[in-house]
Amino acid sequence: MTEQEQLIHSHHFENGLVLIGQSMPWLESAAFSFQVPAGCRYDPAHQIGVANFVCEMVQRGAGERDSRQYIEALEALGVDYSSNASVYGTHYSGASCAGQLEEALGIFADVMRRPHFPENQLEDGRQVCNQEIAAIEDDLPQRALLRLRERYYGQPDGRDCHGTAQSVGSITLNDLKTFYEKQYRPNGMILGVAGKINWSALKDHVGQLFADWQHKPEIPPLKSPPQHGTCHLPFESQQTHIALAYPGVCYSHPDYYKQLGSVSVLSGGMSSRLFSEVREKRGLCYTVFASNHSVRDRGSVICYCGTSSDRAQESLDVILQQLTNLREGITEDELRRLKVQVRSDLIMQQESCRARAGSITGDWFHFNRVRTLDEINSNISTLTVSEINQFLEQNPPQTFDLVTLGSQPLEMDNNGISPTPIG
Amino acid sequence: MEYRQHQLDNGLTILAECNPRAYMSAFGFFVRAGSRDETPEIGGVSHFLEHMVFKGTPNRSAEQVNLELDEMGSSSNARTGEESTVYHAAVLPEFQSQMVHLMSDLMRPSLREEDFETEKKVIIEEILMYQDQPPYGGHEQLMSSFFGTHPLGQSVLGTVDTVSGLTAHQMRDYFDLRYSPGNIAFAAAGDIDFERLVADLEKSCGDWQSFPANRSPEQADYQTGFECLHKPVSNQQYILQLAPGPDSESEERYASRVATAILGDDSGSRLYWEFLDRGVAESAGAGAYEYLSSGLVLTYICCGPDDAQENINRLKRVQNNFSEKGITQKELDLAKRKIASHIVLSSERTESRMFSVGAQWLVDQPFKSVTEIAQIYESITLEQVNDVIQKYPHQNNMTLVIGPRTDLRPAS
Repeated sequence: MTEQEQLIHSHHFENGLVLIGQSMPWLESAAFSFQVPAGCRYDPAHQIGVANFVCEMVQRGAGERDSRQYIEALEALGVDYSSNASVYGTHYSGASCAGQLEEALGIFADVMRRPHFPENQLEDGRQVCNQEIAAIEDDLPQRALLRLRERYYGQPDGRDCHGTAQSVGSITLNDLKTFYEKQYRPNGMILGVAGKINWSALKDHVGQLFADWQHKPEIPPLKSPPQHGTCHLPFESQQTHIALAYPGVCYSHPDYYKQLGSVSVLSGGMSSRLFSEVREKRGLCYTVFASNHSVRDRGSVICYCGTSSDRAQESLDVILQQLTNLREGITEDELRRLKVQVRSDLIMQQESCRARAGSITGDWFHFNRVRTLDEINSNISTLTVSEINQFLEQNPPQTFDLVTLGSQPLEMDNNGISPTPIG
Repeated sequence: MEYRQHQLDNGLTILAECNPRAYMSAFGFFVRAGSRDETPEIGGVSHFLEHMVFKGTPNRSAEQVNLELDEMGSSSNARTGEESTVYHAAVLPEFQSQMVHLMSDLMRPSLREEDFETEKKVIIEEILMYQDQPPYGGHEQLMSSFFGTHPLGQSVLGTVDTVSGLTAHQMRDYFDLRYSPGNIAFAAAGDIDFERLVADLEKSCGDWQSFPANRSPEQADYQTGFECLHKPVSNQQYILQLAPGPDSESEERYASRVATAILGDDSGSRLYWEFLDRGVAESAGAGAYEYLSSGLVLTYICCGPDDAQENINRLKRVQNNFSEKGITQKELDLAKRKIASHIVLSSERTESRMFSVGAQWLVDQPFKSVTEIAQIYESITLEQVNDVIQKYPHQNNMTLVIGPRTDLRPAS
């Protein structure tokens, strides 16, 4: 067992809750990350936004605290906290000085197990959800990317958890409680804790907080097919926002590291191909990137570029050209740079208990175990150019889905071939 | 943890907080050059120069610079503000010398004409990007209205017009005014070999010529008022206010930051309970910003257009109550806990330590460790906070409302 493995612990409680701990004794702080199996993929199809609304309401009083006492208790402990609903889970996370961890977990145990759902705060809570929906309207890159994910993954995995003003408007207190009763449960819940921790004391404490919580049945959501192709959202903006996706593998797929390697070549650093070709050589944009995106069983590579409208077609053409060129493979130099970058990024994670708490929770969700930083480094450092190129030959970037937001639609055929030659 | 410093003969200052237990090393060149040092004709040159620094030197092409940064697996970037430009990188300690030599070389850029014209397009894209993003250039307009003709009112990015009109020659002249070694510090934190750091910097920066690059910062004559920026495509209404606050040398700045946290932190603050908990705004907050001889408090609200007028009135009521009645001991205690916890969490990041070391030099302050800064906040009294609230009432402000509404009025 390596030194890192000794620092990672896990425990399965009988009711299904999984606790993972990573000891980082060089820090003075500790962080936690709860993932509750209450993602918006479990929202009823006509009421998208329930998971997000529940996340808001459970924090408006729980256990012996009302909503003000809840926030004051966290402030008194100096917990820097946040919460959000995503497709698969609702997340509650926080960080503080290590000595405050146990008490902070106790507060969140109340949130998860004993929320009040105060009727007199229902409309305030709904307003908060509506505000979030309204704010996204003004975030143009986000709108393009949300629409792309919605089309690429279909329902329910491509959902925007916020829903619409209409769907949120129809949700009753009873709907929230029904969702809560089904989805807030120990089975399927993951709690990752990292930092200056005492594992055995932590395990006992979490046991006291959660072990008597009853297991509940799981409910599979419905699936409907994705929509592929191109979509334009007309908007009078200075820039056109280009969001592009092509099929990829999901995080737990055996070929994931090879895809990660190929995407890093596109977008991993200042010398990466998209940054270099679209921004550095041609000055077409300020922001351009490609990144891996994954739901549980499917993945994609998503590219984004924001570029002034009169040069948007050229930007799309250059991006498509780079994606096409990727089929021809990557170089030894590119892979060498990627390996150093990954090693550096992983070591940097050792500085942050927050980053580690999030990573170990995410790992458990995708892999049913935690990857040590050594393991990730070893998976990357043993990659070869020929295996990445073989992967790219078998999985060339193609069948692109495109969403554009801006004054004019852009042109691209189904294979991602742009009608105009690259200038 | 050991704090070290050294000055080269040409005036370049070297500062380091050495922590042999750190996993990383972080470095930054801190230059006393920003938009307040620009004349209106060259608006945006500091920021444009920051971009050009990465475009190569007599020893390296732009492409080589990017390759080398990636070869070290570095996390590197730069930022330009009203008073400073900072070039920074974090790497594994084994790359210390290589990174120091690369960064030093970058600080004497070629400013090649061809690179200049290509990068100009990137800057214009950056300006256009912000014009599409809330608050749609509102921050720049508000700074300009608040500071009037004072140089702090100039936009950091510049405008499409000023940037389009800039020449490489003008940039060179600006460089020769501000990038004197006496006007620059190299800050380091993390696992640092300090003797080697000094030797490497002596070798790569020791021959930089020194010249006078003084500033004579004047206190701003703050303006108050109410303005509207009509943005029909915006879905939300944005309300921004600037009010005077303590400057970067004032002893009141710590109390002012505590006051601002109590008023406008993103959770548990007065604005949180008035606006966010009730869902009458999407975001609401306040923050203190300090400059040489001037300071300000920014208050912002994002809400639905229908709620905007009532929110303007509500904000005024909150501000009146805050300055008339002051804060409570309980609020002070909670704010201190929050700040103390924040100090511990951020001190664990090597990069954040490097920024702290460099930022203290920028405002000419003697170095304070994490513990010393934590002690200052711990010692703040109720009276000090209430005094600063009285002295700098936020109601006396310049307000800018941005969005679809054209009929909004100052709070009655």
